[in-house]
Amino acid sequence: MDFDLSEEQRLLKESVDGLLADAYDFDARKKYMKEKGGWSKALWGKLAEQGLLGLPFAETDGGFGAGAVETMIVMEALGKALVVEPYLATVVVAGGFLRHGGSAEQKAKYIPGIIDGSKTFGFAQLEKNSRYDLFDVVTTAKKKGDGWVIDGEKFVVLNGENADTLVVTARTKGGQRDKAGIGVFLVPADAKGVTRKGYPTQDGLHAADITFTNVEVGADAAIGDPENGLPLIERVADEARIALCAEAVGAMDESLKETVEYIKTRKQFGVAIGSFQSLQHRAADMFVALEQARSMSMFATMASDFADAKERSSAVAAAKVQVGKSLKFVGQQSIQLHGGIGMTMEAKIGHYFKRLTMIENTLGDTDYHLRRVSEGGGLLA
Amino acid sequence: MDLAFTKEEIAFREEVREFFKNNVPPETRRKLQEGRHLSKDEMVTWWRILNKKGWGVTHWPKEYGGTGWTTVQHYIFNEELQSYPAPQPLAFGVSMVGPVIYTFGNEKQKKEYLPRIANVDDWWCQGFSEPGSGSDLASLKTTAERKGDKWIINGQKTWTTLAQHADMIFCLCRTDKNAKKQMGISFIVFSMKSKGVTVRPIQTIDGGHEVNEVFFDDVEVPYENLIGEENKGWDYAKFLLGNERTGIARVGVSKERLRRIRALASKVESGGRPVIEDPAFREKLTACEIELKALELTQLRVVADEGKHGKGKPNPASSVLKIKGSEIQQTTTELLMEIIGPFAAPYDEHGDAGSNESMDWTAQIAPSYFNNRKVSIYGGSNEIQRNIISKAVLGL
Repeated sequence: MDFDLSEEQRLLKESVDGLLADAYDFDARKKYMKEKGGWSKALWGKLAEQGLLGLPFAETDGGFGAGAVETMIVMEALGKALVVEPYLATVVVAGGFLRHGGSAEQKAKYIPGIIDGSKTFGFAQLEKNSRYDLFDVVTTAKKKGDGWVIDGEKFVVLNGENADTLVVTARTKGGQRDKAGIGVFLVPADAKGVTRKGYPTQDGLHAADITFTNVEVGADAAIGDPENGLPLIERVADEARIALCAEAVGAMDESLKETVEYIKTRKQFGVAIGSFQSLQHRAADMFVALEQARSMSMFATMASDFADAKERSSAVAAAKVQVGKSLKFVGQQSIQLHGGIGMTMEAKIGHYFKRLTMIENTLGDTDYHLRRVSEGGGLLA
Repeated sequence: MDLAFTKEEIAFREEVREFFKNNVPPETRRKLQEGRHLSKDEMVTWWRILNKKGWGVTHWPKEYGGTGWTTVQHYIFNEELQSYPAPQPLAFGVSMVGPVIYTFGNEKQKKEYLPRIANVDDWWCQGFSEPGSGSDLASLKTTAERKGDKWIINGQKTWTTLAQHADMIFCLCRTDKNAKKQMGISFIVFSMKSKGVTVRPIQTIDGGHEVNEVFFDDVEVPYENLIGEENKGWDYAKFLLGNERTGIARVGVSKERLRRIRALASKVESGGRPVIEDPAFREKLTACEIELKALELTQLRVVADEGKHGKGKPNPASSVLKIKGSEIQQTTTELLMEIIGPFAAPYDEHGDAGSNESMDWTAQIAPSYFNNRKVSIYGGSNEIQRNIISKAVLGL
């Protein structure tokens, strides 16, 4: 048992924290969000230059062979700085599909573009009625010759508007909620029949609703087994949830810092409002919530390498529950303790609250994951 | 970063489990599982078994009988002890006064007291709280006046846990009335059999007798029973309370109780099906399990931190352990109440001593629920813990 970062991990943390401290204050973020597509290509280039986009990929694929802890370090830093660039969609999710399911040819074709920052991805999974069930898929992929024809509608695809390539879940067999018969396909965003309707999201990111109409792709578009892709989808979704937990911990950490700083300096009745015990105790409870979330983020990070998929999923779901509860409390109370200024767009604190809130509703909310752990027989079993 | 136990740590855990399986008296285990109180004999018998094995005072320095274990080994031992469950060592001797004596006491005191603490030849109790001094402990009024080679002690202590069994007490007494309140306190130990000591039981809302009032009426105590320096008692008390908090999460206790809840909820029916099949109940139970897992890891982080930076200063993050640990313990007793529902009502007047075996497992559930309200009050109430976090961690 060892909670310490290795020397390399410490250096990684310093370098990503340092980069974001220089390049990603609140004003810079506002500027990046106004750029075409809603995020900064230049900043993305800097992440590539520091090797952050290649971290999790095998050295033989041009990456650094880093593990789950490194991703946790980066995501926490991105959470602290409220980074809007598509790291999750591109490196964690698309990268995850390629690493765990990609053929040698697919890896060679797509991974270099991720590592050098020239290509980004979107994960087209959510459907009108699927909500958080990854196996609930209506979009179809029908065999045509050697290749596939994809038809269907996907919603709230993060970075969907800007992505070069979409990772699409589609049904190759069976009914809407069958666990078998789901495939994962790499679809060029500019393929004929792909229509994207982009929009900003509540938390300052960008997403798109995407329609696939008779979209033809080759046999090489399928990642892994096109008739039994769910285990792969669940594995990558778990990795995305783990990354989101770390991002939330970073955002909560910074929210608490900002809030404590604020109540130390804001004066009413002639004294700093942080001298009032009701506010002190609220801040103490926020600290408790944050530390509990941090513990579960670490637990989930370790679980990403569990051999048993059920154990992994249960651990990750439990982490999402704890993080979901904590982020709601820390997020809401950060606004409350800031008072009126916390309600304004110009203060940073509200943006943490919005990002945290959207994290809860991504890839399963607190109730959804609580039900999963509960139905799976609990956490002690 | 690697949160898994090493091979050596797993082997150690097996060794500990095996020892408990073969050595904890089954009746003692059953009573703990059912939330019953143990007799003095049952506790002392078990502690002497532990001490014979060399595990009576595990965290003490080796020269006084400690084990030299790593912080992780200590963690594993406590976790297994709590979750087996077996009685934990008598905190007042082993975790509180023992470390004060080997840290601040003189050689004679170490020789005289430490082996007797380890073997529970003396049962110790704690003379800190007073009727007017709860969270504001430093306002205490019990006095010790020097008279030749003696102290004359007068005053009253309260909430004195298991004083009815005690042979010895460690006491905070005011020895300088003119000093600022923290500065005039001394740490004095003496026999509960001394003339002028009166113990009066306090019955708590669960019907049990764990705590007492203790009165001192011109109690004569040898001067040499002062531990450390005169008027430095507050420092020793802070040291002692810091040690108390790190063990207070009681993760193992809650783990054992959650396992019991799952087992009972599978047996007891409600609405024509086992309680565990009620999704609302099951989700509450699961939520508690998740909170406990988070707490377990938070505790391990504090433990690992201590292992690295040394124990010296209590880690303010241990206040998180106290707050969450007590909340979870209380939640587990609420879940047990939900399982038995209307059968919580019958009250066994004699149940507390564990002498009346005629009532089945339901008898102690409501008392245990009532009794567990104490855990967010003692050891520095949860509100005091929030003060500590806001000052020591957040700098407010």
